[in-house]
Amino acid sequence: MAEKLLEIKDLHAGVEGKEILKGLNLSIDKGEVHVILGPNGSGKSTLMNIIMGHPKYEVTAGSMRFEAADLQAMKTFERARAGIFLSFQTPEEIPGITVENMLRTAKQAMTGAPVKILAFRKKLKAMMAELKMDPAYAERYMNVGFSGGEKKRNEILQLLMLEPKLALLDETDSGLDVDAVQIVSSGVSAFHTAENSCLIITHNTRILEKLSVDRVHVLMDGRIVEEGGAELIGEINQRGFTHLLEAQNCADCSRVCPKAAK
Amino acid sequence: MEKKKTFVEDIERTLYDIKNEDRPVYKTQQGLTEDIIRDISRQKHDPDWMLQFRLKSLDVYNHTPMPTWGPDLSELNMDEIVTYVKPDAKMTGNWKDVPEDIKDTFDRLGIPEAEKKSLAGVGAQYDSEVVYHSIQESLVKQGVVYTDMETALVEHEDLVKEYFMKLVPPKDHKFVALHGAVWSGGSFVYVPEGVQVKIPLQSYFRLNSPGAGQFEHTLIIVEKGASLHFIEGCSAPKYNVTNLHAGCVELYVKEGARLRYSTIENWSRNMMNLNTKRALVEKDGIIEWVSGSFGSHVSMLYPCSILHGENARCEFTGVTFASKGQHLDTGASVIHAAPHTSANISTRTISKAGGIAAYRSAVKVTPDAHHAKCSVNCESLMLDDISRSDTLPVMDIQGDEADIGHEAKIGRISDEAVFYLMSRGISEDEARAMIVRGFVEPIAKELPLEYAVEMNNLVNIELEGTMG
Repeated sequence: MAEKLLEIKDLHAGVEGKEILKGLNLSIDKGEVHVILGPNGSGKSTLMNIIMGHPKYEVTAGSMRFEAADLQAMKTFERARAGIFLSFQTPEEIPGITVENMLRTAKQAMTGAPVKILAFRKKLKAMMAELKMDPAYAERYMNVGFSGGEKKRNEILQLLMLEPKLALLDETDSGLDVDAVQIVSSGVSAFHTAENSCLIITHNTRILEKLSVDRVHVLMDGRIVEEGGAELIGEINQRGFTHLLEAQNCADCSRVCPKAAK
Repeated sequence: MEKKKTFVEDIERTLYDIKNEDRPVYKTQQGLTEDIIRDISRQKHDPDWMLQFRLKSLDVYNHTPMPTWGPDLSELNMDEIVTYVKPDAKMTGNWKDVPEDIKDTFDRLGIPEAEKKSLAGVGAQYDSEVVYHSIQESLVKQGVVYTDMETALVEHEDLVKEYFMKLVPPKDHKFVALHGAVWSGGSFVYVPEGVQVKIPLQSYFRLNSPGAGQFEHTLIIVEKGASLHFIEGCSAPKYNVTNLHAGCVELYVKEGARLRYSTIENWSRNMMNLNTKRALVEKDGIIEWVSGSFGSHVSMLYPCSILHGENARCEFTGVTFASKGQHLDTGASVIHAAPHTSANISTRTISKAGGIAAYRSAVKVTPDAHHAKCSVNCESLMLDDISRSDTLPVMDIQGDEADIGHEAKIGRISDEAVFYLMSRGISEDEARAMIVRGFVEPIAKELPLEYAVEMNNLVNIELEGTMG
């Protein structure tokens, strides 16, 4: 049997007293690629942020385990060091810190050992070439003055340099032109191995073209309402989410709804 | 989740706080009287014109009120300040001849080390007198003069007489009047026409004596087409009594000349730092200020550039870090007094633990100075809710076709940015420190290397107390 990487059970979480995730279950094995689909506001980004430990969100019930560890007992940087990476939907700009400097600091923090500068630079250069990034960007301040597409490429660059076990990709393909999606998609598939897993939020299936998707989850109103293999993507693309929402409403009111009672 | 909480009352100042025994050969009485001024003048073997200058300045001082528009200066009691402390050492050009304890102090501060590595000349002032001065032989051959003001007064009396306190006259304000009366020590630099001094000169000022004042005078003349980088550093150990620093810097940048003046001030937190600096820049000349204010209890420091000739230029880069018990009122002023003059002012201020950091600037464009260009960019970062940052810009534009821009930003460390860095495995403390370092980076890269390192250490140490 495959080894479990991430296991989320009955997760309830929200922000400022408002519940967003209402009993979510999700399990990812090593080497798997999972996709989360769902309408805007269903809690997809919230889930990503909660897995990463954003202090804004409060977990009120349920459990999250990463390998053997209890994620809720870990701070964000400890989760990162354990092997979780989040590619942000809107990456932060950090003036005064260059891409290279930030990555070196992060790599050192991750491995706990000094980074060998020459080998590091060589790899950075190679990865930037693969992502078709201008090498001059290594010396630029983190995301400052980057276009939307450049910021996303910079996220994937970090993914490739930091080599986590689980990549959370929060709409990494949104706002990208066709060519850029291709580049990002190749980057993600370069990261993905038999050991490394991906959890991908997307509204666009093009990013998935170079990946073999193991499992698709449909998230609506804070719960997984439908699960299946890669074929579910095509189905959702054709039919949208509405029919699932109706089914969900019926499930919710089954005790009182005569339609469900029949 | 347990958070590490460190409380740092004051920054790590072990290096600066080592006090030597106060062992002067001569010290004036506390306070300020005509007798004391005559006494200082006699001790210093002033020519008569300088004695008269001192007495006139004393008179101005006595008739000028304390400035009340800035930080509170009521803690300063001039009757308790010793204005002249002569250390038990003669000025020497040989490091070996500097007395042991004084030598140790400068050794610890890395002064002779720096000289060996990257400086063309060094001066070191201890209390009221310069105890060490040296300059590379090759520069002497090109006619460059770098010495203490006392020696300059003997060997280059005409030059001193022509320039001394002409740019900053005693009438300007109370503390330059005081300076004119009791000044002692400081540096004199003369760079002849066309000479490029490629490696920096550095003066270091150290105030060891408790309850004393330091009133060094720096006079730099960079002749036509010449260039120079001058670095000054200041520090003092901490005492429970108030010390006063009222130095004066006059910089003359002649036609087509270029002067870079870097200062790192790390006075102890019992220091009132009321310093006056001014540059007069002629046609096509460039003054570049790099100014770091980290220490002192109260600072008032606004280097002024008078762009006197056509196309004269000023670049000002400053960083101020105010922590507990500090009120640092710093900034810059520019007077565009000729057509096509330009100025670029960029500052960063940080405040924490109740410290107050204010940026104050004045930009004036005279009616003749058409097509003046001035851009001001000041950013402030407050590390907690009890600290304060103010921005106080004043502009007086009378020239035509002026292009004046002012951009001010006051903010806090963004939680989202901290989360972003933490999501890359960087600890919370390090993430915050990185953001602060990034904030001052545009300034840090202008600093001489050893000072940039010092500033980084300072930022790290200062931040430890704010985390958690």
